[in-house]
Amino acid sequence: MTGRPALLAVEHLTMRFGGLFAVNDLSFTACRGDITAIIGPNGAGKTTVFNCLTGFYKPSSGRLSFTPPGGQLFLLERMDGFRITRDAKLARTFQNIRLFAGMSVLENLMVAQHNQLMRASVYSLAGLLGLRRFRDQERASLDLAKYWLDKIGLTALADCSAGSLPYGSQRRLEIARAMCTRPELLCLDEPAAGLNPRESQDLNQLLLDIRREHGIGILLIEHDMSVVMTISDHVVVLDHGALIADGPPGAVRDDPTVIRAYLGTADDEELPPDIQCDLAPAAAGGRG
Amino acid sequence: MKTDAADCRLSTQVKDAAAAALLAGLLALPMLGFRLIDQATGLTLDYRLSWAAIAALAVFLGRLTLVRANGVLRRRMARPRPFAASSAGTPGRRRQIAGWTMAGVALLLPWLPFSDRNLIDKATLLLIYVMLGWGLNVVVGLAGLLDLGYVAFYAVGAYSYALLSHTFGLSFWVCLPMAGLLSATFGMLLGFPVLRLRGDYLAIVTLGFGEIVRVILLNWQVVTGGPNGISGIQRPTFFGLPFLAAVPGKTTFHEFLGVAYSPDHRIIFLYYLILVLALATNLITLRIRRLPIGRAWEALREDETACRSLGIDPTKTKLSAFASGAMFAGFAGSFFATRQGFISPESFTFLESAIILAIVVLGGLGSQIGIVLSAILLVGLPEWFRDLQQYRMLAFGGAMVLIMLWRPRGLLANRDPTIRLDDYRPAEKPANSLAVLPSTAERGASR
Repeated sequence: MTGRPALLAVEHLTMRFGGLFAVNDLSFTACRGDITAIIGPNGAGKTTVFNCLTGFYKPSSGRLSFTPPGGQLFLLERMDGFRITRDAKLARTFQNIRLFAGMSVLENLMVAQHNQLMRASVYSLAGLLGLRRFRDQERASLDLAKYWLDKIGLTALADCSAGSLPYGSQRRLEIARAMCTRPELLCLDEPAAGLNPRESQDLNQLLLDIRREHGIGILLIEHDMSVVMTISDHVVVLDHGALIADGPPGAVRDDPTVIRAYLGTADDEELPPDIQCDLAPAAAGGRG
Repeated sequence: MKTDAADCRLSTQVKDAAAAALLAGLLALPMLGFRLIDQATGLTLDYRLSWAAIAALAVFLGRLTLVRANGVLRRRMARPRPFAASSAGTPGRRRQIAGWTMAGVALLLPWLPFSDRNLIDKATLLLIYVMLGWGLNVVVGLAGLLDLGYVAFYAVGAYSYALLSHTFGLSFWVCLPMAGLLSATFGMLLGFPVLRLRGDYLAIVTLGFGEIVRVILLNWQVVTGGPNGISGIQRPTFFGLPFLAAVPGKTTFHEFLGVAYSPDHRIIFLYYLILVLALATNLITLRIRRLPIGRAWEALREDETACRSLGIDPTKTKLSAFASGAMFAGFAGSFFATRQGFISPESFTFLESAIILAIVVLGGLGSQIGIVLSAILLVGLPEWFRDLQQYRMLAFGGAMVLIMLWRPRGLLANRDPTIRLDDYRPAEKPANSLAVLPSTAERGASR
């Protein structure tokens, strides 16, 4: 939008399951340092876009080009799932939280740094012998884990099993775990789902901090409009797999096509008053 | 009021026990109550109704105590237990002490007053299973890959050693690493096509592979000797010194040490050999668990999808687990071959795989000491009670059922984290250092 080079460019992405077009000819871009929100009614194909981006699905057609700051171009549609995270530096979280529930909070964050640690452990030999090279990397990884633990306020619970944490903490831990892979683009699938208003406010703060301090791009699927309108710089709206609006949050909110997609209002009907009330604080937050 | 409630509970318990006793009596009547006697005149029936009554009574009393004990246990279990309370976490510490005690007893076993040749022989067999259990634990307990054909790698190790030493005359110490390497390679070859399967499918395919290996050993007459197996396998030497009464032109072990010849020397040597191999397996596994690869194995067991989303290559990680497990089985296999002096496909049936898997599962997946305990229970006890003949398999099944009832997640199921933040932050919490003081004082007093 602003003429900056795109971090992620989705071009004509189509994902077909048999005769069903889950995503149909979708194109949009996400920039570094931006929070890009993908919204849309249930079944609009948002999670399918994520699954295509992170290699869980092979798109039927289209191009997903990813250009991290190094300047190398990655074509995500041609890569295996784990390579996308390892080489292209794109990390994701899941709609239904997928932590390693039986392992401790700290271990979850250490597993996320597997590739750096593996490289330092030289096929586990340096690790088995406890060489300096490996110990230094382990210390550095612990430092990073500690940094994120402090950030999400779970330092005191670092040695508890991840599955025993309350729901909101699990959501935050999953984000921290994704961040421990040192990504260039963080893809969050409904991070605010099931959070209470206070927790969702904390989440906003966390995401804004990540953007400010790490300068990475964030791609966000979200239903909670207070989150979307408050923190996102750029909103992409999907309906039935197709793009219906793309722009800054204010413009998208007032877009008649979007309103129709969400509310199904007939023609020139006004928004019901209770919904206007709901939208008002979010709009105020968006400006602030 | 309270006693009333207790009485009421007691009466239901008695009723429950009586029902169980009735059922046991009905079952025992045809099985124990009647007996056919073969006489010259023909078959006659003998009645032993008292046996059935005794069985019913035993079930009644057993059931009653079980139900009552269960109530007590449940009340005790209901109390919340803190998870990973502190760095001096009691379960981990207690287990460490238990581990060192066990290692100490194992080390001193041949010199204890009551130990004889028979005991050491059985302990050697037990240690083979402990080692196999620890090896399979890498695959099943850590990586969560259900492998029903583990005995195939054991067989590969045994045959590698037998064939290498037979055809090339290589010594045990040269063959041991080669056997491990061959087994690991074999594990990779088997794992490659198989590991994209999950759960039950993987179990079935590994079961098939285990059988394929056995059938090949059985039918490839030219190389493996088929059902006749390979005999006259070279016995291990003490760094070149054979354990024999006399060898022309060579110094034997007892001549070298200048002690009288005793056949026990070899038995004791074999015992220490497997002890060292098993402990090495244990130490390496414990160490690997704390390395990134070990953590990745455990993460893979917890959630493969999440692993992939964190950039972990699932195929490579699984293969490494499969290969390491196979390698340990290969070491155990070549030890088995050198101990027996004779191997045949009969030693590598599915039952062996099942027993090793049972040891791992009953021990509590991923728990090293749990595996030792369940190996004692599943292999040691049946060996010691060989006099009971056919009843010992009944007891084997009974023990399995009991463990599954009492400890559905295995004997020792709770796991310690592989890394703790407390260890990383030195002396930040004053409360912790205070807590350490009384315990050290206690330890001093007990000494």
